[in-house]
Amino acid sequence: MAIRVVSTESLEIRVSDDIVRVRQAVRQKSVGLGFGLVDQTKVVTASSELARNTLDYGGGGQCHLEVVENGARAGLRIIFEDQGPGIDDADLALTDGFTTGNGMGLGLGGAKRLSHEFELSSKPGDGTRVSIVRWK
Amino acid sequence: MERIPILKMGEFLLVTIQVDMHDRLAMTLQDDLTAQIVKHRAHGVLIDISALEIVDSFIGRMLASIASMARLLDAETVVVGMQPAVAITLVELGLPMRGIRTALDVEKGMTTLRAAIQETGQDGDPGRIH
Repeated sequence: MAIRVVSTESLEIRVSDDIVRVRQAVRQKSVGLGFGLVDQTKVVTASSELARNTLDYGGGGQCHLEVVENGARAGLRIIFEDQGPGIDDADLALTDGFTTGNGMGLGLGGAKRLSHEFELSSKPGDGTRVSIVRWK
Repeated sequence: MERIPILKMGEFLLVTIQVDMHDRLAMTLQDDLTAQIVKHRAHGVLIDISALEIVDSFIGRMLASIASMARLLDAETVVVGMQPAVAITLVELGLPMRGIRTALDVEKGMTTLRAAIQETGQDGDPGRIH
C-alpha cells in the first residue's frame, strides 16, 4: 500500500541550536501521533543524530517532518537533506565506529537501528538525503 | 550566557542537567566542571540526568569525556537518574557507555561514589575540601 503524506513541516538546520529545535518538533509530532514514551525517545534520538550529521558533515540543510499513513497505520517520516560533499561509500558510513569527523561514528547506523525504515541516498559532490520512518 | 549550575554537596559536586542540552552548553559544562573539581578539590561528581529526555551520541560522548577528565583530576563520576526509555534507546543506538558509573538516584549515587573513592585508595574525608 502506498504511503500517504498527511502533513509536512520543514525546518532549517544551520546552527547547533537548530538540532534542539528538530528534537522538539519531532517530540511534538510523535506525542501528537500517540507514540509511547520509548518510541518517542527512539525517534527523537535518531533525529538528533541525523540533524547533527546534516550540520557537521553536510554543512547544514533541511529537515522535513511528515506525518504519514499506510492504510490504517500512522507514522512519522523525517527527511534530512543537505547540499554538502556527499558520502563516498554508504556501506562504510553505516559501519559503527567509522567517522570522518570527531564523532563516535554511531550516527547513521544508530539512527537506522532506531527506525523502522531507513533510506540513504548520496552522491559525492551532490549532497546527502536520509529518510527514516517510525510507525506507530 | 546560559550555564548549567554546579552545586557543592559535602565532599561531592552535583550537576543537575535540566535543560535540553545543546552542543555549546555541553562544552561549557566540561570547562566549568573541571575548574570546580580543582577549586573545591572534589573527589566525586554526581551528574543527575533524570530530566534529560534523550541522550544521543553527542551527549553520551560528553558524559564519557567528563568522567575521563574528572578521573585525571582525581575525581570519580557517577551518572544518576537515567530514564528507562533513555536506557533502552542508548543500547539500540549502540552507545558504549563504558567507563561511566551509573546509579538510580542521587542517594545511591553517593553510596557508589564513596565506594569508588575508597577503591581508588582515597579516604573520602569531607573535611579535606574546606
